[in-house]
Amino acid sequence: MAGEPGGSGFSRRHLLFGGAAAAGAGAAAVLGAQALAGALAPTEDGTAASARGVGATAVGDALVPFHGAHQAGVETPPQTHARFIALDLRSDVDAAALRRMLRVLSDDAARVTQGRAPLADSEPELALAPARLTVTFGFGPGLVARAGGIAPDWLRPLPPFGVDRLRPEWSDGDLLIHLGADDPVTVAHAARMLLKDARSFANVRWSQQGFRRAAGAEASGSTMRNLFGQLDGTVNPVPGSADFDELVWSNGGPGWMAGGTSLVLRRIAMDLDGWDRVDRPGREAAVGRRLRDGAPLTGAREHDEPDFAALTPVGFPVIADYSHLRRSRSDVPGERIFRRGYNYDEAPAGGAVSDAGLLFASYQADVDRQFVPIQRRLDELDLLNEWTTPVGSAVFAIPPGCGPDGYVGDSLV
Amino acid sequence: MRSTAITPALGAALAALLLLSGCSTVTGGSADPDARVAAAAPGASSVVVEEAWIKAADDGMTALFGDVVNGGDGDLVLVGAVTDAAESAELHETVGSDGAMLMREKDGGFPIPAGETLTLEPGADHVMLMGLGGPLLAGDEVTVTLEFDDGSTLEVTAPVKDYAGANEQYDDGHGSD
Repeated sequence: MAGEPGGSGFSRRHLLFGGAAAAGAGAAAVLGAQALAGALAPTEDGTAASARGVGATAVGDALVPFHGAHQAGVETPPQTHARFIALDLRSDVDAAALRRMLRVLSDDAARVTQGRAPLADSEPELALAPARLTVTFGFGPGLVARAGGIAPDWLRPLPPFGVDRLRPEWSDGDLLIHLGADDPVTVAHAARMLLKDARSFANVRWSQQGFRRAAGAEASGSTMRNLFGQLDGTVNPVPGSADFDELVWSNGGPGWMAGGTSLVLRRIAMDLDGWDRVDRPGREAAVGRRLRDGAPLTGAREHDEPDFAALTPVGFPVIADYSHLRRSRSDVPGERIFRRGYNYDEAPAGGAVSDAGLLFASYQADVDRQFVPIQRRLDELDLLNEWTTPVGSAVFAIPPGCGPDGYVGDSLV
Repeated sequence: MRSTAITPALGAALAALLLLSGCSTVTGGSADPDARVAAAAPGASSVVVEEAWIKAADDGMTALFGDVVNGGDGDLVLVGAVTDAAESAELHETVGSDGAMLMREKDGGFPIPAGETLTLEPGADHVMLMGLGGPLLAGDEVTVTLEFDDGSTLEVTAPVKDYAGANEQYDDGHGSD
């Protein structure tokens, strides 16, 4: 990404001690983990630790506001660790119960993301390092129906694709809880707290964990590398830009979705063993980009525009027609999505050495208008399909954010 | 005085829990929005209750927890509580007795000196709500009126939360009166 998107983390200590002015600036502040580390460099007495208090660190203290027009965790620069949890509502949960559940879960999220223990937290010390924790809620079609609301047209399972090998244990669900933080203990504690409070309303259907580089391991704003070694997500609208707002935030759907978006979460298994048999030129041809820096094969830098008309000396396109770059590119300006994916790497089974892949998280205002056409093209032809297999798929409506007196979903139920 | 007995196994677990020091609740600088508080009279007007919550229960009894902050210049004593959600409410303390933990009604109420905070939490001081009129479900809100020694009262609206602890069984037979 070219810029530092809005809604990024800032120091909790700064907020607490800096007062209202700091809080106001915080809403617009754009501090990545690196900037934070710089801001907390050693002070006059020579030790950052003494200035920050015992045990405090730049990564652990960083906060992302919970309340707002949009839910956090979409525009937020991706944290190191993510967990996506889908739940199925119990059969007796009606609209009144949904309201109770969403009030409790929103209150938990509002507290724990700000480094405060949720009410009735039996491990309150674990809440004290928020590490840019965000909690984002999503609604499946089943939840919207229970609420008696009107679902957006696109809120349903994706149409079947030829490449799909979907398994129910990674697909669908009524309620999504998506957690992200730069610390895995923070994620585990917040997930445990939210699931304890969801337990009397819903059962866990699936839970998927993903990761990126650790906070501070590379320059903030760097494009993620997936486990194929590719820069993944080079072409992405920039959060905070007008382009992003138009592509991502809901418009024209049911009124309760104003300020919301949609999430398509695809679990894409990556055949690392098969990829190992492909040498570097073949790998670069499959994607249409150089592995070293992600530049298109016709360019010099990652964000250079590809030249699909450029030909090799023998007359073939430099960027092959079957490449992922060519196939994912649409001529329709609105057929774009915002990617915020994560790697996964689970325990292998059956003599394999890897069970790895990508949690492909795509946000867009309209799934049918933006995501589906791209996926159709990739389904028809994309050399990368040789080594990638979608094994899970879920679509959720991400409702707008809420204010301090409201709860996520209060525009619906 | 009536008291609440805990089974030996649970008592041991609780005793171990109580050994964990520093389990202070996180308190904000201002009144918590989830514990909306309406002051009614002099003493209570300088009290706020932060982080208030009530354990969900289908019937029988449950308890109110939270931080009662006396922000005023005068000492206060929390002497009682009433709520429409239960037939009665009592102020309970937890005391150790020969290695067992006892829950019993607090004689004379809970003193809250000026500027200090009374922490009500599972396994320690709490406001017991007895004879629930109906189930208290997670996400419900319950209003409890706290009564102070100067006659002033304070309404606390607390959310109900599922909670696996705070399982002390009330036992009339274990009383000391």
